[in-house]
Amino acid sequence: MSDAPPLFSFDAVSVGPQDARRLNVLDAELPAGGLTVIAGPSGSGKSTLLRLCNRLEVPSAGVVRHRGVDVAQRDPLELRREVAMVFQRPVTFAGSVHDNLREADPDCDEARCVALLERAGLDASFLVRDAGELSGGEAQRACLARALATDPRVMLMDEPTSALDGRAAAVLERLAAQLVDDGVPVVWVTHSQAQLRRLADHVLLLERGRVERSGTVAEVLDHRKR
Amino acid sequence: MLIAIALGISARLRLRLERDLVVSVVRGFVQLLIVGAALAIIIDPDTPLLWSWLWVAGIVVFAAVTNKRRAPAVPRLFWIALAANGVTAVVGLGVAFGLGIFPVEGRTLVPIAGMLVGNAMKSGIVVADRLVDALSDGRPEVEARLALGQPWTKAARPIVRSALRLALSPQIENTKALGIVFLPGAMTGLILAGVEPVDAVLVQLALMYLILGGTATTTAVTALGTVRQLFTVDHRLMALPRSTRDVG
Repeated sequence: MSDAPPLFSFDAVSVGPQDARRLNVLDAELPAGGLTVIAGPSGSGKSTLLRLCNRLEVPSAGVVRHRGVDVAQRDPLELRREVAMVFQRPVTFAGSVHDNLREADPDCDEARCVALLERAGLDASFLVRDAGELSGGEAQRACLARALATDPRVMLMDEPTSALDGRAAAVLERLAAQLVDDGVPVVWVTHSQAQLRRLADHVLLLERGRVERSGTVAEVLDHRKR
Repeated sequence: MLIAIALGISARLRLRLERDLVVSVVRGFVQLLIVGAALAIIIDPDTPLLWSWLWVAGIVVFAAVTNKRRAPAVPRLFWIALAANGVTAVVGLGVAFGLGIFPVEGRTLVPIAGMLVGNAMKSGIVVADRLVDALSDGRPEVEARLALGQPWTKAARPIVRSALRLALSPQIENTKALGIVFLPGAMTGLILAGVEPVDAVLVQLALMYLILGGTATTTAVTALGTVRQLFTVDHRLMALPRSTRDVG
């Protein structure tokens, strides 16, 4: 087992007011590498947990650490460039795909942009396309390329396939696996057990703002079957 | 007679606006009578000018209170609007009286300040209200930008620009339509009072340009102050009413 500090650790983390906690004194660790799936029913706190990782949310109690460092001590802009995020619904900005990539990296020249697109499963012709006219799957891949433009060391993916058809979802799953192979750990949120089985190296199962179970797929899902 | 026609239309089309129409007519009548009586004292040449300046200060405070009431979600909006309308009043009146366009008297100070701040206030209200709505509805795009490591100033920029355009457009269009679509009130009043049309036009132009500049100033200060309040120091968009974000 690696001695590297956990990718993220959550120490007694709570989010929300006392009577409406979205996360409730949650303790968890996400392993340093691989693809970790955060799963659970709707309202269990999955997206909230993910958003703590790049400080789009802050805890009302407890500490969130990234590789052993309290994220509250990090410069939030630097943290977000290092810990990139793809959202549930692809949000493209006005302009071309090239314009979108330059929002993440203003110095992104054509060659680099093409490389980013290829990494996200899009060919060079997409560079000049109007981002607002892409299909759902294409837009989500463009958003992935945009997120990769900051050279992140971690990729957070919040139910990125929930608005996509099966084929587009499969492409995105393959891209996530490829990122892991390239050394970029991925944290993926899903409520789909089938997707969890396909993707996860490690699972964190949430229920009503707390960790119900964590471990490998077999440990988490076999435990539930008993 | 025109009020009676409006009442008739409301009754005929079952708009149920008859009560509101009557209330607005009576309220407007009473309020203007009261204001007219107060103004008659304030702008009397024998009344110290201090009272006119106090009236102007009251207008600025009232504009700030009105702005806050219309966009309660924005923290400290009263102070932002007070600063915005205050700057407009100071700069606008400074230009109007400092350059000698109008003499400094109660009868010029109060109405000019009223026009300046009144028009500016409307745009200030629109921009603050629009920013809250636009940031709430546009949260996904704003957070997508924040997640790229953009500071809030950059992430909010498209929305701020759009809100400013929306707030300033009516006044700009009004200025463009001057004399074509309508004859503005000050000019009309002066002509009715027997002032030469050319002189009335010059006075109106001076007022319109002051109003346009004042509106732009108030709107910009209100917008920049408002958007600052809606983000945290660590570049997060605060919770806003009517947010459409889904959190699991």
